[in-house]
Amino acid sequence: MSINWTDFTPMLSSLGGILIGFAALILMLAKGRIMGMSGILSGLLIPNSSTEFLWRSVFVAGVIAGPAILINFDLINIASTPVASGLLLYVAAFCVGIGTAIGRGCTSGHGICGLSRLSARSLCAVLTFVISGIITVSILRHVL
Amino acid sequence: MLAVLSVLFSGLIFGIGLSLAGMLDPTKVTSFLNILGKWDPSLGFVMLGGIIVTTLGYFFIFKRGKPLFEKDFDLPKKQKIDKSLIIGSALFGIGWGLAGLCPGPVIASLAFDPFGMFLFLLVMVIGLKFGNVINKLL
Repeated sequence: MSINWTDFTPMLSSLGGILIGFAALILMLAKGRIMGMSGILSGLLIPNSSTEFLWRSVFVAGVIAGPAILINFDLINIASTPVASGLLLYVAAFCVGIGTAIGRGCTSGHGICGLSRLSARSLCAVLTFVISGIITVSILRHVL
Repeated sequence: MLAVLSVLFSGLIFGIGLSLAGMLDPTKVTSFLNILGKWDPSLGFVMLGGIIVTTLGYFFIFKRGKPLFEKDFDLPKKQKIDKSLIIGSALFGIGWGLAGLCPGPVIASLAFDPFGMFLFLLVMVIGLKFGNVINKLL
């Protein structure tokens, strides 16, 4: 193991994390909800009532509008280099979908909100998906 | 109206946070998971920053007793650590490691890669639907 100093962005990443935290706080204070993207999406697919549909779709619209504004006003350069393509990309997409549904949460729901509520379930979920992610990347980069 | 605006603002801040954090870059995300190679610890700082703010803020919000625009907080009731939590999270980790994408960044990336990300989102949503069906059977 060695540290990738060239790509390391402690300040920007901390700032991004702090903003993500504030977003979670606003949603909890306003709506009393956990800010978990997979849960919000899931609920959008089977809305219980029209108000459920409204807040979820408004949240999703905001998440898209955020980076769109940054790009439009040339505020920051958002780098995004894919690591997978073809079939592998869609296998990944399916795993992310089914996994977050069965595990009831993703990086935002378990990783930020769950850990901040001191949920033992979320701690287990985070440890599991980080370790599973590390094993996956290690096999792809260092075994295959 | 104020409730809807708050939710929109939350989404906006989340999207901007993900962008600044570097979470929209699958290469950066997988570099965080690549501890055996050249490791980029940045994502740890995202989590740390997010958790510090959220833990402190949640404390005061929960102390209030109720949210601003709803009667009650709507929090997960499950406490038990069960097989589905572990199996689901493990599957998610595999997908996350393969593509360097998790649900939040997938939505946010629609801002600059609408077509490519839409296909990913479509398959991810099919997975979500599948998972929800499995949850009902369990």
